[in-house]
Amino acid sequence: MKRIASFSDFITMYVEGFKNLTWGKPLWIIIIVKLFIMFAILRVFFFPNLLNRFDTSEEKSEHVFRELTKNHITNEKKFSNESD
Amino acid sequence: MNQIDASLIDWSRAQFALTAMYHWLFVPLTLGLGLIMAIMETLYYRTKDVKWKSTAKFWMKIFGINFAVGVASGIILEFEFGTNWSNYSWFVGDIFGAPLAIEGIFAFFMEATFIAVMYFGWEKVSKGFHLASTWLTVGGATLSALWILVANAWMQYPAGMNFNPDVVRNEMTDFWAVALSPVAINKFLHTVISSWLLGGAVVIGISSWYLLKKRDITFALDSIKVATIVGFVGVVISAITGDGSAHQIAQKQPMKLAAMEGLYEGGDGIGLVAAGILTPGKQYDDSKDPFIFDIQIPKMLSFLAVRDLDGYVPGINNIVRGGYITPEGEKALSIEEKMTKGKKAFDALNQYREAKKNKDDIQLAEAKKLLDENFAYFGYGYFQSPADAIPNVPLVFYSFRVMVILGGFFLLLFIVVWYFSHKKKFEQSKWLQYVCLWSIPLAYITSQAGWIVAEVGRQPWAIQDILPVQAAVSNIEAGSVKLTFFIFVVLFTVLLIAELSILTKQIKIGPEKGDEKE
Repeated sequence: MKRIASFSDFITMYVEGFKNLTWGKPLWIIIIVKLFIMFAILRVFFFPNLLNRFDTSEEKSEHVFRELTKNHITNEKKFSNESD
Repeated sequence: MNQIDASLIDWSRAQFALTAMYHWLFVPLTLGLGLIMAIMETLYYRTKDVKWKSTAKFWMKIFGINFAVGVASGIILEFEFGTNWSNYSWFVGDIFGAPLAIEGIFAFFMEATFIAVMYFGWEKVSKGFHLASTWLTVGGATLSALWILVANAWMQYPAGMNFNPDVVRNEMTDFWAVALSPVAINKFLHTVISSWLLGGAVVIGISSWYLLKKRDITFALDSIKVATIVGFVGVVISAITGDGSAHQIAQKQPMKLAAMEGLYEGGDGIGLVAAGILTPGKQYDDSKDPFIFDIQIPKMLSFLAVRDLDGYVPGINNIVRGGYITPEGEKALSIEEKMTKGKKAFDALNQYREAKKNKDDIQLAEAKKLLDENFAYFGYGYFQSPADAIPNVPLVFYSFRVMVILGGFFLLLFIVVWYFSHKKKFEQSKWLQYVCLWSIPLAYITSQAGWIVAEVGRQPWAIQDILPVQAAVSNIEAGSVKLTFFIFVVLFTVLLIAELSILTKQIKIGPEKGDEKE
């Protein structure tokens, strides 16, 4: 069997390897289906990056600051309600 | 929505835990089996005995199935960071991003490149190059784990960063303090090396199945020889690094250690609970005995925690009350004092941003000073009572014992298997073969229990002392998190069934015989 002597031989090894898959074939099907579900369905419809709706870093930091503040204020309110 | 819904936090945590635990079904086998198959190929390279080639190739097939089904499942965690934990993702800034980027670009790329040579290059490259590719695949997988564990260790022990109030995020000031923090190094060693235990257990388990079926005897016995040594070394080093972890936890996360031991009232010369049943419903501020039943090893917890048989170990109540002397020699603050400091830090952040808007440099400098002084307790400002600082004690306590007891079981198992194998009695010892076969799930339980201790014990923190989970979570509808949780349950179950069916099919086929004619 021909040994790898050049970069093109290296590429050929990959191509032939994929062509001659036996037990690996169902695994590649699983990988492709899984990546499709992850990136084309889950990522798009269920897992948007919430901070990407803001254009600038300032807007993102302001949003996170408001979120962190909101929780703090809520707790403060709870404190005062409890003491009342 | 003005208030974070408690069910949102619970579902977000459950979803993250489900994904992480599913991902962790594959990672330890990749790390452990990778090492075993690389050793087998090294034996082939050195002895030129083709039986080792055939043996290595079979385990590479199992490695490949595990790798393929598990690959990219970790990316789902990154989706969840962006959607469910967006406050956290922004707040941690580049500290979390940098190790993950290195992992994605360097380590995974290396792993993915050489894995192809490992599978496709048997007759196309020299034996030496092939062997190097196998080791580089294993090395790449281990490096991947390193960077993920560095990121996780930072959450347990935030180091090498500075909080920037202008952008409300932490910025890395010292990469090496993050990458080489003692917690990161110990976590890496403990996690990776304990994976050798799992790899060893899986190999001796599957090999025992062949022996029970009276087929591929030589292959099975050879596999057991290698796997037993790898597993044994894995257990012994895991015990040493586990001790290192516990020692660090005593210094950096004393509440986690107290939860691991169900220790409410600490003191000098504290014993280690070897076995025990916790009193159900025990709260930190009631007078119930923490245990219905317990057996302690006198003074051992003090020794393990502070390397002194009479050393002081704080319990949950001591940590709540404060006032004891910490390992750094300082007087510990009570949780209420920390809560006050946390609120000061938060007020200072508010003042800082206000001053910046008003371009008031004097107030800006004062607010920054106050923020810097109190930022170490920022997260405590979210608590309503000291009880909020206490993790789920029973879950941490029992998980810790499951991990340690099963670790001890595997130490014994590897020694017994090695002895029987060395005396050439293993092939006849059906009972031991059954024990090995049924120990496969126990190895996974050991590994998962370790992560439960690490992560549930860290609660309520997303980042220790700085950001609790209720502040880290995104303010989205709990219903949408619930929906994706169940989508993952279905998806992961289907993938797991697919993996198990492909695995069992390949195990039934067994090692290829062709190589032996070489």
